[in-house]
Amino acid sequence: MPEVTPGETGNGVQIDLISGARMEGLTSMEKIRLILDGVRDGNIVVLEEGLSPDEESKLIEVTMTEISPDEFNGIEIETYPQTGGGNKGFLGRLMGKESNKKLTVIGPANQIETLHKDENLISALVSRK
Amino acid sequence: MWFLHTPLHDTHREAREARMGLFTDLRDSISRAVDRMFSDSEPKRIGIYGPPNAGKTTLANRIARDWTGDAVGPESHIPHETRRARRKENVEIERNGKTVNIDIVDTPGVTTKVDYKEFLEHDMEKDDAVRRSREATEGVAEAMHWLREDVDGVIYVLDSTEDPFTQVNTMLIGIIESQDLPVLIFANKTDLDDSNVQRIANAFPQHETVPLSALEGNNMDEVYGKIAEYFG
Ligand SMILES: Nc1nc2c(ncn2[C@@H]2O[C@H](COP(=O)(O)OP(=O)(O)O)[C@@H](O)[C@H]2O)c(=O)[nH]1
Ligand SMILES: [Mg+2]
Repeated sequence: MPEVTPGETGNGVQIDLISGARMEGLTSMEKIRLILDGVRDGNIVVLEEGLSPDEESKLIEVTMTEISPDEFNGIEIETYPQTGGGNKGFLGRLMGKESNKKLTVIGPANQIETLHKDENLISALVSRK
Repeated sequence: MWFLHTPLHDTHREAREARMGLFTDLRDSISRAVDRMFSDSEPKRIGIYGPPNAGKTTLANRIARDWTGDAVGPESHIPHETRRARRKENVEIERNGKTVNIDIVDTPGVTTKVDYKEFLEHDMEKDDAVRRSREATEGVAEAMHWLREDVDGVIYVLDSTEDPFTQVNTMLIGIIESQDLPVLIFANKTDLDDSNVQRIANAFPQHETVPLSALEGNNMDEVYGKIAEYFG
């Protein structure tokens, strides 16, 4: 990932696109750290291949332990395609149900708001810090 | 003991130790089997999960009151009233002459964010709101941990007047499925006009959806029947 110090982004919003290959060699906790460090810097983190259910569960748990008043109030997370749901879109069929290769967008809860979501499109509003 | 695996010159001793190892293994596996046989009468720990305000505590209280005579904890329209998981142990539910014994665990609603400012809207001082939100985050972390380690089955409660297709719901159901836990989906608040049970059944077709009103006590017969069937 190209390293950009948060200061250099001025009043823009930094987006970290993390490939499946980059995540592959990491342990669950390293993945969670990578995500939360990005999000806590105010970045939007996009994972090409998402997390396993177990990692998602740990991500929620660690997020909870890091929430602190006026500083960090958690994350917003959206995945594509939605697993577990019945109406799988074409991406879901293409990728097969068992796969956890789902595009995942994670951002700071106070900066990202999902405007619209269906099986083919996530539209989100991201505000500056 | 790793040193037993270093080469020994006394082959008799080696053989004897190998035999003893075998007996130890056998003894362990017998005691595990015995544990399992007795654990059939041990209560199953059933976690009540779902988003905030779905009616989890109302349901847990109704189950506890119906079968033990007392409640689990306070219900409230203020989100995160249940901030720590609460347990009611040894709830014996009788169905068709059969008794199932469960521990019910009422959890705080799982969420990915908690903002203390939301509590300020409920006429609360900042200190109090901050304390509540801290308790809420600890409770959610604990509930997630329990889900990975300590529950034998899940009742997932949804407010049937709301859209079930949220990220948290799909994520949680996915997590529960990956643990291979038996799960029942409860479509709560069927007493309200805009309740839509079918929408929930459509969202999670791979699981059984049971409609109910935990507040009014509607359809509790089917609720207890399904609990006995799934977790008995
Ligand atoms: N109309 C209606 N309201 C309910 C029902 N179950 C719970 N509620 C109300 O929903 C609110 C949240 O209930 P609670 O049990 O605290 O939800 P929890 O956050 O999931 O534990 C309270 O005001 C309850 O009275 C129901 O079946 N019907
Ligand atoms: Mg509650």
